[in-house]
Amino acid sequence: MNMLKIENLHARVEGKEILKGLSLSVNAGEVHAIMGPNGAGKSTLGNVLSGRDGYEVTAGTVTYNGIDLLALEPEARAAAGVFLAFQYPVEIPGVNNTYFLRAAFNAQRKARGEKEFDSMQFLKLVREKLKVMQISDELLHRAVNEGFSGGEKKRNEIFQMAVLEPQLAILDETDSGLDIDALKHVADGVNALRSPERAFLMITHYQRLLDYVVPDFVHVLADGRIVESGDKSLALKLEEHGYAGLGEGVAA
Amino acid sequence: MSQPAPLPLVESLLDVPLPASGIAWLDAARHESRAAFAAAGLPDTRVEAWKYTALRALGQRHFARGDAAAASRAIAASTFALPGVDGPRLVFVNGVFRADLSALDVLPAGLTLQPLSQALHDDAEPLRFVLSRPALIDDAREAGDAFTRINAASAVDGVMLRVAAGMKLAAPVQLVFVGAAADVELAWHLRNVIELGEGAELNLIEQHVSDAAPAQLATVVSDIELREGARLQHTVLQNVAVATSLIRRSSVRLHARAHATLHVLELGGALVRHDLRAELVGDGARFDTRGLFMPHGRQHIDTQLAIRHQALNTTSTSTWRGVANDRARGVFRGAIVVAPGADGSDASLSNKNLLLSPGAEIDTKPELEIYADEVKAAHGATVGQLDERSLFYLRSRGIPLAEARALLTAAFCRAVLDDLPSEALREHLSGLLVAQLPA
Repeated sequence: MNMLKIENLHARVEGKEILKGLSLSVNAGEVHAIMGPNGAGKSTLGNVLSGRDGYEVTAGTVTYNGIDLLALEPEARAAAGVFLAFQYPVEIPGVNNTYFLRAAFNAQRKARGEKEFDSMQFLKLVREKLKVMQISDELLHRAVNEGFSGGEKKRNEIFQMAVLEPQLAILDETDSGLDIDALKHVADGVNALRSPERAFLMITHYQRLLDYVVPDFVHVLADGRIVESGDKSLALKLEEHGYAGLGEGVAA
Repeated sequence: MSQPAPLPLVESLLDVPLPASGIAWLDAARHESRAAFAAAGLPDTRVEAWKYTALRALGQRHFARGDAAAASRAIAASTFALPGVDGPRLVFVNGVFRADLSALDVLPAGLTLQPLSQALHDDAEPLRFVLSRPALIDDAREAGDAFTRINAASAVDGVMLRVAAGMKLAAPVQLVFVGAAADVELAWHLRNVIELGEGAELNLIEQHVSDAAPAQLATVVSDIELREGARLQHTVLQNVAVATSLIRRSSVRLHARAHATLHVLELGGALVRHDLRAELVGDGARFDTRGLFMPHGRQHIDTQLAIRHQALNTTSTSTWRGVANDRARGVFRGAIVVAPGADGSDASLSNKNLLLSPGAEIDTKPELEIYADEVKAAHGATVGQLDERSLFYLRSRGIPLAEARALLTAAFCRAVLDDLPSEALREHLSGLLVAQLPA
């Protein structure tokens, strides 16, 4: 059974059809890169999978570990192991980063019928993850993303992922707006989290992240559909030739 | 045009003999204030400052004055206990000074803290100017100051607090105004006079608390004066019972380089009105306010903030938030005037509001008038719901919708406490306001 199976997915935003029959299968342990030009529907895919309001699915199915993912509320998807690293992480003044993360962590455990962590247990876990992610604990004492630099916000997303340990991680343009050092840091974090039980969907416009997080599969998303799939060499081809002329064989 | 019959409230407030102090100027001022109240009555919503606060229902009520048992009503110390606050304290119950509940035994050097009645008895003359003023405030035919007038006519006691020049008091001074349940619906009035001498420093905590029914009407009028370079940290916690209507007027006057910081939490009450006025009359004076009003049920909480910059390089910052639930109503008016000559002044005002239910309402009105040069000013007000992007972010991490809402609402409220220096007090107040949020 595939971990994630998307079949013929159609989705609308504000009445405009963005996804037009997207199909994709992802297995545990795999890293898939979704590449494509602006406006192809990359971010829409991430938002539909995580359940954001305003995205209307008009046709198709998304099956996650055998269940209908689209029928779940966003928080239930998270508890089931789906994680979206935001392209634009939201600043939440007044909510402490650690407090927020513990609330999320425990809410997920509660939803799965697992015992919640007390603050000591959680702190211990957080310390371990900080070490693995090579993140300063200073981030923990601040409000969620408030006043964070672009790089800090993206690293905070990856840190949250490390703590929440999702099965399916969707990274929405996590590389955008990062300088090369920040990009390496984020990539190191992602690589540290790769495991046979976990799958990644990396949505990106550029090939450069894939130099550091080497994908098993690369898909080209254009005009709401996957128009070409291949291995990492496809990303290099795109880098060389651009998105123009892609999927000519598929277009009607 | 024939005069309409006076409202029951006006009648009941006038239906008591004027207190006689034996001090000629004070009795004259009381007489004058009472006459002005009788002539002008209560403001209606055509008066701009009362546009969103109708007194129709309150005007039909009848309150008795004077609680003969006020001196002996049992009040638990837990009513006003605050963490980390164990200094000088002045307590009033139903408008009556309670020595037994107060803590005046060991006052630090340089602090005068006593009932106003005592101060008047000892030496009334220094209070003459401030206590003669209310009757002169506005046009006698203008009803907007009705409660200030009836307070000036009726209040026989209140707080007299004076910090001598140069005295820096570390321990917080606590002022407690308790409304205790009586057999009848009571009205009571208190008049406070607070002065900080040159370079004096004071940490002041003002609490308004009360038992449950029966209903009460209380008026509290405070004058606060900061001499040159004085610093005041003032925290106001208003958490009276939902049957209590509380009308306050606080006037703060700041001389050169004086700095007052006010944190105001408005949690309780039926009809609550606070006129908060600051005058920055000395160069370099600074006035910072942080406030939160959280009406729920059928509460009505109205704050009228008015700041006048009258001197060079004066600064004011005002950060106010409102959260209304159920069928409650919040009103905020923030009026800033930078007067001619107050060049180089800096005034910022922000009022953000959250509506937690479709039946709730908040009316906010920022006003800015600038008559000086090289002034920096910013003001803004919003009324809305919780940010959808933030809600989704929390939910995407697994936090259920109701919990996400509660978390964001609490954070929105707590922001006004951020720069409160005492962590213990901040935690306590934060707990109080979170407790008021819907579960």
